[in-house]
Order: sequence, then structure tokens, then C-alpha cells
Amino acid sequence: MSENKNPNSLRQGPDKDGFFGIFGGRFVAETLMPNILALEKAYDVAKADPNFAAELKHLGKYYTGRPSPIYLAERLTDHFGGAKVYFKRDELNHTGSHKINNCLGQILLAKRMGAKRIIAETGAGQHGVAAATVAARFGLPCTVYMGAKDIERQKPNVFRMRLLGAKIVAVTNGAGTLKDAMNEALRDWVANVEDTFYIIGTAAGPHPYPMMVRDFQSIIGEEAKVQLHEEEGRLPDAVVACIGGGSNAIGLFHPFLDDESVKIYGVEAGGKGLDTDEHCASLAGGEPGVLHGNRTYLLQDDDGQILEGHSISAGLDYPGIGPEHSWLKEIGRVNYVNATDKEALEAFQLCTLKEGIIPALEPSHALAYVAKLAPIMAKDEIILMNLCGRGDKDVFAVAEHLGQDI
Amino acid sequence: MTNFTTRLDAKFEQCKQQGRAALNCFITAGDPNYDDGLKLLKSLPAAGADVIEFGMPFTDPAAEGVTIQLSYERALAAGQTVAKTLQMVREFRKDDNDTPIVLMGYYNPIYHMGCDNFLNQAKEAGVDGLIIVDLPPEADDELCLPAIASGINFIRLATPTTDAKRLPRVLQNTSGFLYYVSINGITGTATPDFAVVEAALKPIKAATDLPIAVGFGVKTPAHATAVAKFADGVVVGSALVGIIPATMDENGKATPETFEQLTNLTKALKQAIIKAR
Repeated sequence: MSENKNPNSLRQGPDKDGFFGIFGGRFVAETLMPNILALEKAYDVAKADPNFAAELKHLGKYYTGRPSPIYLAERLTDHFGGAKVYFKRDELNHTGSHKINNCLGQILLAKRMGAKRIIAETGAGQHGVAAATVAARFGLPCTVYMGAKDIERQKPNVFRMRLLGAKIVAVTNGAGTLKDAMNEALRDWVANVEDTFYIIGTAAGPHPYPMMVRDFQSIIGEEAKVQLHEEEGRLPDAVVACIGGGSNAIGLFHPFLDDESVKIYGVEAGGKGLDTDEHCASLAGGEPGVLHGNRTYLLQDDDGQILEGHSISAGLDYPGIGPEHSWLKEIGRVNYVNATDKEALEAFQLCTLKEGIIPALEPSHALAYVAKLAPIMAKDEIILMNLCGRGDKDVFAVAEHLGQDI
Repeated sequence: MTNFTTRLDAKFEQCKQQGRAALNCFITAGDPNYDDGLKLLKSLPAAGADVIEFGMPFTDPAAEGVTIQLSYERALAAGQTVAKTLQMVREFRKDDNDTPIVLMGYYNPIYHMGCDNFLNQAKEAGVDGLIIVDLPPEADDELCLPAIASGINFIRLATPTTDAKRLPRVLQNTSGFLYYVSINGITGTATPDFAVVEAALKPIKAATDLPIAVGFGVKTPAHATAVAKFADGVVVGSALVGIIPATMDENGKATPETFEQLTNLTKALKQAIIKAR
């Protein structure tokens, strides 16, 4: 949301109809259109109101614990033997991930719009926990839609949401993962459009969600840029983040888009490998299509039917991606790469052993790519990676993958 | 307004002459499989369907209730594709050149096929109209305007959330008929208070000469009678589609019972509509 006067800036999107190039837009049922338009208006008003920014900043500081520090991962840097590796520690946030940044922004809007009820979808449960948390904090009832398969593999987060007073609805249609949870949340919203605010967790969905979520998450990149300048007196040479829908990544990337010297890497979930059908790399393995209110890259078959993705990480298990990422791929500003389940699992263990930080499986994908990138960069170069979530929620699933009984 | 007419215009005019509402029957293309689905489609006009709304299966039908979701899943599992849906329309047109067919579905399979390619094939196959749930007026450039240019009606949904300010936008490029969604919600769930629906239609009727069909939550002949008193068309979907899983055999094939029940419900709905006024 910073001042931007460069006419060639890559930070000007979306256009008034919510498009980044051909991506984005508002592809929703008529029932939802008045709500989407009202939300856009409410967000425009809020953006222009200094009280809104002040309230969000206050909550960020005293509730979330912002700014999250940047941290030089010395032992990993030594281990990789190349570029200096810094983590942006958004895993230290209240609720354990970057998701709270967006949820606080959206719940303030929900209150402004007079919503009586919150709904959300969740994959890994990080967004569900963050949504349930802000709903508790602001005294609104909350229903979270979660795929039945994800409920099984993210039990700690399911219990946390229940403790926070949220109602969890298990979604059994489709493969029972994030995309199906989002369909079910949309169905709820259509039926309860008069009093319900839908807190979408990723930088996808109909306009204005991709823009709004990006704006609320851009605090990650804005802080990190200032912090790295304080530590090193310069910009990073590379920034790296994992991508499912892409909210933590766009939050880190956006403030760096116009800094040409900064290479940007988005790491998709390679699952069992891109040469198999079991991955979630929408940009590498998908084609443009329309789902969940926006045009973006989607995993789909020859008939335009949406495919179920696969990832070890429930938070990346989504066959689409935020539309701004699709645009950034097309214009070539961001390099989209991927890491497999196996590589992510190795990075998860490496980070835990070398740094004493248990990362979530999602940013373990980012670290898996850093493990390839750092050794081929010079020792005086700097990589900034978003450690967007902590791994407490994943320890049971990881134990299972490692064949250990706990 | 369009500069062409389709079977939809002729059918609604004919119903008007007969002093009754039209019966719009929704079934899913290829449910429970291609062969049975084609027979079910062909059976509808004789049973009393005036307009056929033909669902194009999609993996992520975010506006559908569970009955139509499962119907889409059955059809996709049996191998239904957009190309096969268009082929069914071609087959149907060999024996029936009067009953309008409206394809109803979601945008992605069409977008993936290529809009121009889809429209050319749809026109040639004998499709009269399209209802695409996730293409609001804001996206008219995508498919609505090209459809009109191809001589295919693009039918818009108006809903209880469509207020007076938004209504002109919704009506602007709509042709064939206007589909009024009776509830805020998904298909096959709540049945509305029909007096509320009748009241909601008044300002819309004042704003357009298009026929107005009402759907969502219309399940029984009694509902059909209630709607047919004030609407130009009565849409029934989930109640018809729900017959298929209730009557098919363990191999997912339609049984004589499937055809009998579908025909009987359609006939009963039609009689209820005729006696309404």
C-alpha cells in the first residue's frame, strides 16, 4: 500500500475490474455479485481511512507480535556453503503463521460492513485457526470448512479451532481437500449472503480478494526490506517463498517487484514429482482456467475438469494459484520452481536439526529450494526466505512419513 | 434484445398463447451414463417438458446442492465430456426440432475448449441458449456477447440480491428468458415462500418483456402450481435428477423404474402447471 509513482511499476495491479493481465476478475454467481461489489467499496473506503491502518497496525503489534524479526540462519548458511540465508520469521506470529495478518485485516472489514457471522475454508488449518482466532477476538460466530482428508492429517489444528469456538464442517465431496472446502464455503456464502462475511485465506478468489489479501500480507515484505537494510545495508539478491494459493509469497514478493536486482523464486509443491500426476504445481503443470471466482493457472484435464492436487503439505494442496502469480509468471518477473514431498521432508528435518526451528511443511518447500540455490550463489550474496509457518501442527504427520510411532 | 429468434422465443410465445407457464426440466447430460442419459433426454418432451435445461457436468459446481453435485459426479465418472454433451444434443435434434435446449453449467470447460469453438459446435448441434452460473454481467465480453453474435441466447440469473440498481445490468444482454433464482442459496435445498417470490417478480416484470422462469426449491406439482400462477416458466431440477440414484441398478444403469418415475413426475408437473391458471 506504499506510495507508488513509477509508471512502469509492477505493483499497480489489478485494474478496476480486478484483472492482472488476463488473470483475476470476478467469476461468481449473481447472488454473490452485490456482496463482492460492496466488499470492494468497503475496502476502498477502509484503505483511505487512516483509522483503519492505525487499528490494523495496533493489532499487528500487540496481538500478532509484529514486526516479526529476520534471522540469519548461520548454521544452514555454513551447511549450504554459499549465500547468506535469512529467514523472515512469520512463524513467530500469534497463531503460528502469516495467516493472521490477513485475517485481522478482513475481520476489521467484516465489522465495518456489519457482518454477523464469519466463514472460512482451510487446508492445513493455519488459515482456519487464524480465522477462528480473530472471530473469537471480535466476538463473531465462525464456521470453518475443511476437507475430511485434511481433518485427518491436521488434527492438532482441528482441535485448536474447536477450542476457539469455531464450528468445523468436514467436507467429504471430491477428494476432501482445500478446493472442495472452498466450494462448500462458497455454497454457505450464497445461502447466507445477507449476514455472512467470507474470510478467504489465500490471494485468490473473486476481486477484490486477491488484491486485499496481498495488501494485508505485504507487511511481510515491507518489514523484511527495512530489516535487511538495517542488518546488511542493502537489498537481498534473492527472495524465496512457498506457494499453494500464494498468500505468503505475494506478501513477501510484492514490495520487491520493482527492485530489478532482486531475483524472486516461488516454490510450488512438486508432490511425488512433476512427471507424475501427484503434484500441486499449478503454474508448471496447469493451464489458464476459471475456478473459485478468478481466472488463473489450474490443474485440469483435457475437458476442463479440475484435477485434485497432491502434496505432503495440506496447505499447498490446491489445484489453483492466486491470479497475480499467474501474471507474474507470464511476464517473467518471478521464477516459479518446485520442490517434491521428499525434498521438503528433508528440509524440514535439516532446519530442525541445524537451527532449532521446526518449520511447517509449507515453508519446508521454500527451504528445499534454498538448499539448491544457496550453494550456487556467492558467499557475499543474500537470500531472504519467508518462514511463513511453524511445524507444531505437522509433527504427527511427519512422524508417520518417517515411519515413527509417537 | 437480439436480432434473431430461437426455439426459446417460439416456445414461450406458444405457451403464452395457450395461457400457461412453460415447464423447464433440468437433467444432467450423461447421468447416469451416455446411453441412458440420451434416452432420458429424448423421453422428456413427450412427458411434457417445454424447455430442457441440460446440465454440463463440472467437478466444482459451487452453486449446486448435493443432488446435482452427485449427478455431475456420476456423469463424469461415466466419462461425460463437453463434446459428448454436444453430441447428445445433435442426436436429440434428429427427432425433435421444436423443444429448446439450454445448456447449463460452469465456465471452465467451455473456456478450456475455446469459446468460439464451443459456440460454433453448440449452434451447429442445435443448442438454443446458455446459462453459465459463474459468468455475471461484468464478464459479458467472455461468452455472453460472442454467444449472441452466434445466434445463441444467453440467459441471465436474477436473484433476491439483485436490487433495483443492479437489475438493468442483469437484463441488459439477457435474451430467451430470464431465470429468477427463488432463494439465496444453492439448488435443491430450501423451498421459498412463493408469495415473496411473486412480489419480487413485480419490479422485474415492469422492467422487461422477457419471459421469466422461476427455479430453485421447486420440487412438487403443488410448488409448480404455485409458481405457474405468476411466472412464465417453472424450472424443476433436483427433484427430477434425484430419481436417477433412487432407481438405478447396482451397475449404475437406469432401470424401467427410472424412466417411469421421470415421466410420471414430469407429467404431474405439467398438469399442475396447466391447471394453475
